[in-house]
Amino acid sequence: MQLVLEKRAERSNTIALISPLIAIGLTLVTMSILFAILGKNPISALGVYFIDPLTDSYSLQEIAVKATPLVMIAIGLSLCYLANAWNIGAEGQFLVGAVAGSWLAVKTQGTDAGPWVLPAMMLLAAIGGALYALIPAICKVRFGASEILTSLMLVYVADLLLDYLVRGPWRDPKGFNFPTTAEFDPVAAVPVLIEGGRLHLGGVIALVVVAAVAVLLGKTIKGFEIRVVGAAPRAARFGGFNSNQLILLTFAISGALAGLAGIIEVAGPVGHLQPGISPGYGFTAIIVAFLGRLNPVGILIAGLFLALTFIGGEQAQIAMKIPLDVTKVFQGILLFYVLACDSLILYRFKLIFASPKVSSGAH
Amino acid sequence: MLDSTPAELDTGAAPLLRTVGLTKRYGSFLANEAIDIDVWPMQIHALLGENGAGKSTLVKAIYGLIQPSEGEMRWQGEKMVLSGPSEARSRGIGMVFQHFSLFDNLTVAENVALGLDGKESFKDMSARLEQVSRVYGLPLDPKREVWQLSVGERQRIEIVRALMQNPKFLILDEPTAVLTPQEADQLFVVLNRLKAEGRAILYISHKLEEVKRLCDTATILRGGRKVSTCNPKAETAASLARMMVGGEIKEVRAPANRRTTIPRLVVNDLSLEPDDPHSVRLRNISFELKGGEILGIAGVAGNGQDELFAALSGERLAQDPSTIVIDGHAAGHLSITQRRKLGAAFVPEERLGHGTVPRMKLSENALLTGHAASGMVLHGFVNTAATLKTVDRATETFDVRKAKRDPEAASLSGGNLQKFIVGREILRNPMVLVVSQPTWGVDAGAAAVIRQALLDLAAAGAALLVTSQDLDELAEITDRIAVMFHGHLSEPLPTADASREKLGLLMGGSTLGQKEAAHAVGA
Repeated sequence: MQLVLEKRAERSNTIALISPLIAIGLTLVTMSILFAILGKNPISALGVYFIDPLTDSYSLQEIAVKATPLVMIAIGLSLCYLANAWNIGAEGQFLVGAVAGSWLAVKTQGTDAGPWVLPAMMLLAAIGGALYALIPAICKVRFGASEILTSLMLVYVADLLLDYLVRGPWRDPKGFNFPTTAEFDPVAAVPVLIEGGRLHLGGVIALVVVAAVAVLLGKTIKGFEIRVVGAAPRAARFGGFNSNQLILLTFAISGALAGLAGIIEVAGPVGHLQPGISPGYGFTAIIVAFLGRLNPVGILIAGLFLALTFIGGEQAQIAMKIPLDVTKVFQGILLFYVLACDSLILYRFKLIFASPKVSSGAH
Repeated sequence: MLDSTPAELDTGAAPLLRTVGLTKRYGSFLANEAIDIDVWPMQIHALLGENGAGKSTLVKAIYGLIQPSEGEMRWQGEKMVLSGPSEARSRGIGMVFQHFSLFDNLTVAENVALGLDGKESFKDMSARLEQVSRVYGLPLDPKREVWQLSVGERQRIEIVRALMQNPKFLILDEPTAVLTPQEADQLFVVLNRLKAEGRAILYISHKLEEVKRLCDTATILRGGRKVSTCNPKAETAASLARMMVGGEIKEVRAPANRRTTIPRLVVNDLSLEPDDPHSVRLRNISFELKGGEILGIAGVAGNGQDELFAALSGERLAQDPSTIVIDGHAAGHLSITQRRKLGAAFVPEERLGHGTVPRMKLSENALLTGHAASGMVLHGFVNTAATLKTVDRATETFDVRKAKRDPEAASLSGGNLQKFIVGREILRNPMVLVVSQPTWGVDAGAAAVIRQALLDLAAAGAALLVTSQDLDELAEITDRIAVMFHGHLSEPLPTADASREKLGLLMGGSTLGQKEAAHAVGA
């Protein structure tokens, strides 16, 4: 008896929809085993992770707040990945966007500049993120450099740039030498939606981004070009689509969205620029993009789910003394299963028996 | 041989391979239904049938790639159950596939080594590879990487790889589709030699004349069932085609009132440097093609036809705009989209991955080439209704058979997908159509539909450039034929004067002028 993968005649849309669910199921099983090995009761650990955060308003808002940058970044990444351009450096573009936007916030600090500051910060952040993402894209198009390596390495450059700025020129003079800028002025802060709550305008922007990219991919010729370039490069050239131009475009959009997410995070929940503004959003967003099937609505759902693991992880650390790193283990296992389950969209499992039943040959 | 039948007793031996009631079921679909065939040593046995008739399923079962659902195979009189292709190979069954199973980034020798089960060293194997390819007249450089090779050369690898296993029983799936007549003749010499050596050959082909010439026996399949086993030499091509299709095939007819008009496609002294070291340099190509005319380009695969297609389509741009003139406009510098807007249309050789995106729907594949001109895009937004309408019109006009209204391109059979691709372009009413291998690997019924469509398009005033390895096809539909050799295009000959011999000489690189001069000297 032999288990083989057999190619399907046509991709299975049913599996495409349920494959992420299978992956989540397998991840939960694996996590239960891991919890058991750690000496925790798997049922109650999973309860703390995935059920408790859904039971109070504070946690629910916090999930939305965490999901906002994840979804925005992942939406941009999905465009790159659909076009077969591998932007791994969204974390760096997120940080550069945060820095570019914060520049204006720092410069206008205490000048009572007016309500134009926040939109201008967002614009600067988007431009900064886009330009930063264009570095690996141009290197790829011009010199054939692997965008995977260059975009990843630029993450560390961005990280150190931010570190330098908040320890040097932009440090809050009244900040007791902590590496942070001063708290942004109210005109430079992302407004909350409900007084006293955590939910802020960024969540609305993320939803707009989801809708806009859904239209871009599903209804426009540009979205079609992006999908064709990724699916069949030769057919794309035959169609008259310029793959280099599309690589630059998707990297630019992806960088802009990551940069925008960066400034929203800084000017929103954090309130000032400091190191450690991202718990790896740019990397987790890669998982979100694939878990969401590189589909805008899928990414929205996947972003909320991954945000849940962040919140659940924090609560598990407090309630059950489970290390926070377990959350990262969880996310890694999830990505592994998602990619594995995706084979089932184009292939099916089949059992082959060594001696098949044969009818008698005698006449 | 307890279960020998009287027929076997008569000849005193069992067939090399016999299938008894072989049935293969996919769900409720019967791909093969109770098929009995006997293949004897020293026999070239043709397997005929349209696409989807079950030929591939049958040979896959014989080669151990799939397990039959019912029935059995007997090898030299004994029941045989194959666990997989390697067991089939070890018993002496070899196969040459129509779709090559080669790794593009590996060399010829590495690809052959991967397909062999033996334990000989790589060096010995390479030496044997060179020897086999030389002996059988299928020249190959073992050190070349496959991505650099033409389709014809890739097929040579497959044939040599199978021959190196010294098979008792060789399955060939449309082996001559990409060979010159001379190469095909050479292959027939090889096959006849293999037959004389006592081997059996199962030969799948759509070329009925070829089957009549080469094969001793033909088994015809239709709709998964065996229709008949006959002696092809005693049949006519028409009677074989009738058995395959289950009715008359429409004969391709050139409309009588065809007139040539103004020049639609003019190429002036087009030269193009290769874009990688292994592709072919185009050298001073010139021709003029008028509306209403079909120019054929013959030639062995890999002599610059792909490069010419890329240059004409605009996938690669020429330095000098005036080298390519489409309908009076200098177009050498224009992109493929701009050339389409000038009224040109293109059909590349590869259906999947070049002509279409395999995993996209037909409507999206209609958009792939239709976005430039035909109202499918408005202000950057795709008009889905218009793309679906193209699918429906192509389906209706060119009899594209598919399971649902808008399936993925990859789910169509080769013939139906090709009908869709050709239809998609013809429905745009092009003034210039450049087609590469219009009926490669397409069944007889679909090929007739496509050729007729090309003739009708020319009759409507378009200029057609048809590149094909199939000289019968070129003879059937073209007005003039030119030959490509080493990136150079010969002077076109009127099709009526273009004998197979003349074309074969040009395809081999001689020039007719030289030959006539030689005759003159000889006289």
